[in-house]
Amino acid sequence: MSRIATCFAALAEQGRKALIPFVTAGDPVPSVTVPLMHAMVEAGVDVIELGMPFSDPMADGPVIQLACERSLAGGTTLLRVLEMVTEFRRDNDHTPVVLMGYLNPVEAMGYEVFAERAAKAGVDGVLLVDLPPEEAESLAPLFDQHGLDRVFLLAPTTTEARMQIIAAAGTGYLYYVSLKGVTGSGALNVDEVAAKVETIRKHAKLPIGVGFGIKDAASARAISRVADGVVVGSALVQRIADHADEPEKIPAQVSQLLAEMRAAMDESE
Amino acid sequence: MAERPDYAAFPDARGHFGAYGGRFVSETLMAALNELEETYLQLRDDPVFRADFDQDMADYVGRPSPLYLAERWSDKIGGARIWLKREDLNHTGSHKVNNTIGQALLAKHMGKPRVIAETGAGQHGVATATVAARLGLKCQVYMGAEDVERQKLNVFRMRLLGAEVIPVTSGSATLKDAMNEAMRDWVTNVDDTFYIIGTVAGPHPYPMLVRDFHRIIGLEAREQFMSRHEGRLPDALVACVGGGSNAIGLFHPFLNDDGVAMYGVEAGGDGLETGRHAAPLAAGRPGVLHGNRTYLMEDQDGQIIPTHSVSAGLDYPGVGPEHAWLKDMGRVQYVSVTDKEVLVAFHELTRTEGIMPALETAHAVAYAGKLAKTMSRDQHIIINLSGRGDKDIHTVAAMEGPKHPS
Repeated sequence: MSRIATCFAALAEQGRKALIPFVTAGDPVPSVTVPLMHAMVEAGVDVIELGMPFSDPMADGPVIQLACERSLAGGTTLLRVLEMVTEFRRDNDHTPVVLMGYLNPVEAMGYEVFAERAAKAGVDGVLLVDLPPEEAESLAPLFDQHGLDRVFLLAPTTTEARMQIIAAAGTGYLYYVSLKGVTGSGALNVDEVAAKVETIRKHAKLPIGVGFGIKDAASARAISRVADGVVVGSALVQRIADHADEPEKIPAQVSQLLAEMRAAMDESE
Repeated sequence: MAERPDYAAFPDARGHFGAYGGRFVSETLMAALNELEETYLQLRDDPVFRADFDQDMADYVGRPSPLYLAERWSDKIGGARIWLKREDLNHTGSHKVNNTIGQALLAKHMGKPRVIAETGAGQHGVATATVAARLGLKCQVYMGAEDVERQKLNVFRMRLLGAEVIPVTSGSATLKDAMNEAMRDWVTNVDDTFYIIGTVAGPHPYPMLVRDFHRIIGLEAREQFMSRHEGRLPDALVACVGGGSNAIGLFHPFLNDDGVAMYGVEAGGDGLETGRHAAPLAAGRPGVLHGNRTYLMEDQDGQIIPTHSVSAGLDYPGVGPEHAWLKDMGRVQYVSVTDKEVLVAFHELTRTEGIMPALETAHAVAYAGKLAKTMSRDQHIIINLSGRGDKDIHTVAAMEGPKHPS
């Protein structure tokens, strides 16, 4: 069983939900990322989504755009991101790591080389925002071959017919984008999310993570009641931005928010 | 080489031109793109929709645009005869309006009260603001902050037309960033908003439908030329290529005519060797940006790199996927000219023919002048004179100083 499947199975057994942070690798400097990953695990996260920076992050709001700019300005490349995962794996063999980003840097490296290097580094899954299942046909077998899970997005606009396509194409978990908009925008409507997650469950057996618009302990708790995983990104990345001038403080700052979310999610009803 | 394909049969059902094109967007937009595709496929052969489009082309745009023999300029060069397809005479001053009328009709049909657009030189923004004013649609135009500065006249025109111009400061603050921002807007307001993309790029079905709305350029030019030359076809076509909408509009109806050579002229900026240019077909490589696979200006890690061109409308790191495919097929030759050559051509056409081309268009003029020299007097070139140069007067003055050009 893959690390991701093992992780979700164990959580289900305990009746707990996955806390899934997103941070951009190399933001604001490369040296922060691995200590930050370990600190987040300490704070109680279950899966780490690690952003591969891209110059033109079309689906992201200003917070993550700026994170990409800081990371690229600091010299972070896709190869460097993979090295960070290798380094993380020296001290952590259990926390799944999912790379998240845009297709072009992966194309530039080459699908085959990327899949091989990612697997070797200890990556467990890949989510490419601008790669819907229809365009993933040549990449999917390579990911299978190297044991990488294919995480796909679902959105409020996704029809039931497409849910079936996406559920069939995805492995590991599914990522439901809770609102129409870019990352870090809008207000969360938990009832709408709950209804949509119910519909997705009719078509998919995979665990469902929900992201976009979760910014504090209360929203994390609310989403944990309706989904299998809670993804939090911009709220963490904003904390990183606030401390970009004193990066040594970043792991503690980010962990503090995650620990609050963890506690709220684990509270009994 | 394999037998030539039927160029009219592309893209395929999934929006691919060979290895290029496709639909590389986040999931939120997939439903909207499917809906747009279905609507367009239904309407494109609908007699009422076509009649509406044709009537607007005639009565509102002023089509057909003339095919003009630039006799004095041709004589001066002393080679092939050069014809200008006068898209600069269209309402709003460029070819862009063909497409904005088509897409605005789609928006109206789909019941979307709001349209958005990205713009570089401002020509597409003006053309969008124009049709939005006419149809009573709310209109917001995203424009790189740098382009807002260098195309002030068009910014003012858009505001006069009732559109809101939103300066984009992220990234390099040019056309690609305006497109990123328009995509972000669309993803947020997808229910009530129609995104009028200004070129033959973006996710399927945009490259196909934008091309189809511009095909009228080539269809007219073909008929106009043949009726004056006893059914003979021109020897060469020349058009500038940024995203490539005016070029594909002229080229497409001739693609299956083997004897017609075609040249797409990219922005060579300070020269390809300097790296300061906007010529992805000449100096880039295939990748994925803005919803399609195509040639891109990128570094070795797949990050998009800054482009440079004297013309804001060509200052874009990608190009329409059909052009990428036509390059690989060898059907169209993609070349480039430098900013310096562009300015010389701008003055030359203005002084010999009394026609002032847009700086984008002047790329095609510059290359056609060079090409004509290598051809004989009984051969013919058609240039797509895609836009007029009024908007660029300040740019030219700033580059050359106040002295009168001699």
